[in-house]
Amino acid sequence: MLKADQKDKDKLIKPLFETGRTYWVTIAILLAIIGWALYMYYRQLTLGMKVTGMQRPVYWGVYMVNFIFFIGISHAGTLISAILRVTGAEWRRPITRVAEAITAFALIVGSLQIIIDMGRPDRLLSVILNGRLQSPILWDVLSVTAYFLGSITYLYLPVIPDAALLRDNLPPYSPAWRKRLYSIMALGWRGNRTQWIRLEKAIAVMAVLIIPIAVSVHTIISWILATTVQPGWHSTIFGPYFVVGAIFSGIGALFIAMTIVRWKLKLEEYITEKQYNNLGLIFITMSAVWMYFTYAEHMIITAGQEVYEFPVLTSKLWGDYAVSFWVMVALMVVSFWIMVIPRLISKTAKRFLVFQPRFTTGAVLLAVVTGYYLVTDSTIPGLSGINPETLFFLVRGSLLVELLFVGLGVAKWFKTRLVAATTVAGVMVVIGMWLERWNIIIPTMTHPYLVSWAEYHPTITEVALTAGSVALFIFMFLVFFKLFPIISIWEVAEGRVIDAERAKVTIPMPEASGIKERLRGKGIRKARG
Amino acid sequence: MTNWSMVVDLDKCVACQGCSIACRFENNTPVVSPEEAALGRSILWNDVLPMPINPTEDIGEYPHSRRRYLTRPCMHCENPPCVKVCPVQATYRDEEGIVRQNYDRCIGCRFCTVACPYGVRYFNWETPSWSPEMARHLSPERVVGQGSLEGPAVRPKGVVEKCTFCIHRLQKARARAESEEREFRAEEYTPACVQTCTAKARFFGDMDDVTATASILASSPRAFRVLEDVGTHPKVIYLQEG
Repeated sequence: MLKADQKDKDKLIKPLFETGRTYWVTIAILLAIIGWALYMYYRQLTLGMKVTGMQRPVYWGVYMVNFIFFIGISHAGTLISAILRVTGAEWRRPITRVAEAITAFALIVGSLQIIIDMGRPDRLLSVILNGRLQSPILWDVLSVTAYFLGSITYLYLPVIPDAALLRDNLPPYSPAWRKRLYSIMALGWRGNRTQWIRLEKAIAVMAVLIIPIAVSVHTIISWILATTVQPGWHSTIFGPYFVVGAIFSGIGALFIAMTIVRWKLKLEEYITEKQYNNLGLIFITMSAVWMYFTYAEHMIITAGQEVYEFPVLTSKLWGDYAVSFWVMVALMVVSFWIMVIPRLISKTAKRFLVFQPRFTTGAVLLAVVTGYYLVTDSTIPGLSGINPETLFFLVRGSLLVELLFVGLGVAKWFKTRLVAATTVAGVMVVIGMWLERWNIIIPTMTHPYLVSWAEYHPTITEVALTAGSVALFIFMFLVFFKLFPIISIWEVAEGRVIDAERAKVTIPMPEASGIKERLRGKGIRKARG
Repeated sequence: MTNWSMVVDLDKCVACQGCSIACRFENNTPVVSPEEAALGRSILWNDVLPMPINPTEDIGEYPHSRRRYLTRPCMHCENPPCVKVCPVQATYRDEEGIVRQNYDRCIGCRFCTVACPYGVRYFNWETPSWSPEMARHLSPERVVGQGSLEGPAVRPKGVVEKCTFCIHRLQKARARAESEEREFRAEEYTPACVQTCTAKARFFGDMDDVTATASILASSPRAFRVLEDVGTHPKVIYLQEG
């Protein structure tokens, strides 16, 4: 008999057996969306791919964008939790399972996109029977399969002790099939020494193995594009650029999932600000690296101005794709801002006028007015005498300054709301990274070499299948976490033991120095003088 | 070994699009509705493109504009990007240098259509259809093998198709020579577009035979290839205008 802590029992085990109405309503809505998508897919199968907005030369559209996006999201988990495990970051413990589940489910949904995109899904098996190893698609099949098998194993291994714990701590009213499920999943786990050693060894090996596989997955996805000679894709930077983007969007997705489970299951004691803060620092790094790559990629094309490549870039800067491109940039800049600036301003910042709410409100109003004049291009009263060129810079310049002040005020507000700031940034980056995939695929597809330039508008079929894919992802997530605890119980318990042990360490400091108070301020209580 | 290729003399070409039409009837390319055609879903194995096709260079204002035309079959590249990316070998380059397409194996992933810089590959967005009058005149020709379906055979929906240099004509010419118990001569094989060309601007032949007309023309100082710089080594050779 394995015993669970009472707190874990109430917070983590009980919700598995008590289901509220919200849960079922959510499941019903998700199933409805999935049903709609299935119907639309059936239509696509019978009528052919003409029901999509794809055409010549836009042979790849939203499905391909979704494919890269979901596989990118999948880097949330395994890679992050593996890196944190390998580096021994203790704070990872409460979030590993959420991250690993995102990986497994995002991979399933991502791979599904390729099947949706195929003209002849009935010949899927041909990829294995007649596969050509020279084709980047085969590389992808191999690396995604390896990553999926690895991730599933890596998700399952830490579930074993938890399944045993559940087997031994079932509430009396739980159905019989659950007992059977956990008994099978636990593989006869009794928690003895040999079993622990084996488990730790297996997890350690998997953690090391999974990192190169994860890196290979998104590198190879980028190579699907980069190995062609199409304008804008034939770039050596794509491999690392995609890997960084994948980890970046993965952390964004992880933030959203963390916040939702934390809020719904009231897990504030488990998922603390520490997880948000530390993961946030990795997020900031990824954001900076991503911006660097994006800048480098576009900068080189700008400088080269090749006949075929440059129109792809200009379509993003001020052409058909300007909206999606600049929205992406704005989302990335704003998410970076609300993650970084609140960390830089001091707690006493409100002494300064620019951080006060009334100043921010004023800046918002001014920005709205300036933005109105900019968008409608109407004459500004009292400024009609200024020559148009000066006005051009004046309006844009003042809007920038106003937005800067708004940003400072918002940063002050987010200063004391780390979870909110992080979650908002997560949402922004997930949307921004979807747009990034769009901005990489579609402008190149619409600006080929020897076919006239085209436009691409996704149809309702593609919208339905995208919505269905997102719904399927959330659905799998919800079902999985109805069966297994959202937080790895044994890992958190192990973490508690380690923390307790560390708290006994004596710090050789004279009491008079006030070190005790300072440590207490940092949450360390048991320091002895 | 033969190395089939084509030479197009742009000085002679009048851009009548006869080649496109001859190809359509020879190879059973499906007809799409005007709405689908407006979306760029019409299938023309041999297309006649205005050059430059996109506003990448200034062509001047009427009446001083410089508009040129380029008739474009498949380039049957020596380093074909489509063949390199195909995951199932549905497209391949045979020993005579013709890049072929097997409709029975294609999985419709459209990687080849994306990889081809010439846009010579077409996807069947729907089941090919013809009006009853046209359907009666479909060519019965097809190239069939173990698990392969090529040439003018009517394509199923969801697969990619492309110009084959009328591969069925080669097979027929070979078979005829064999049945008459004589040696096959390169002149016996001519794709439909070459045969039909109003201005006789197209020349087809074995590039390894230095005495063949196409081979001689290919060494002309006017000879050039389209998009030479993307590393595909296209085999169709054009003779510059003027």
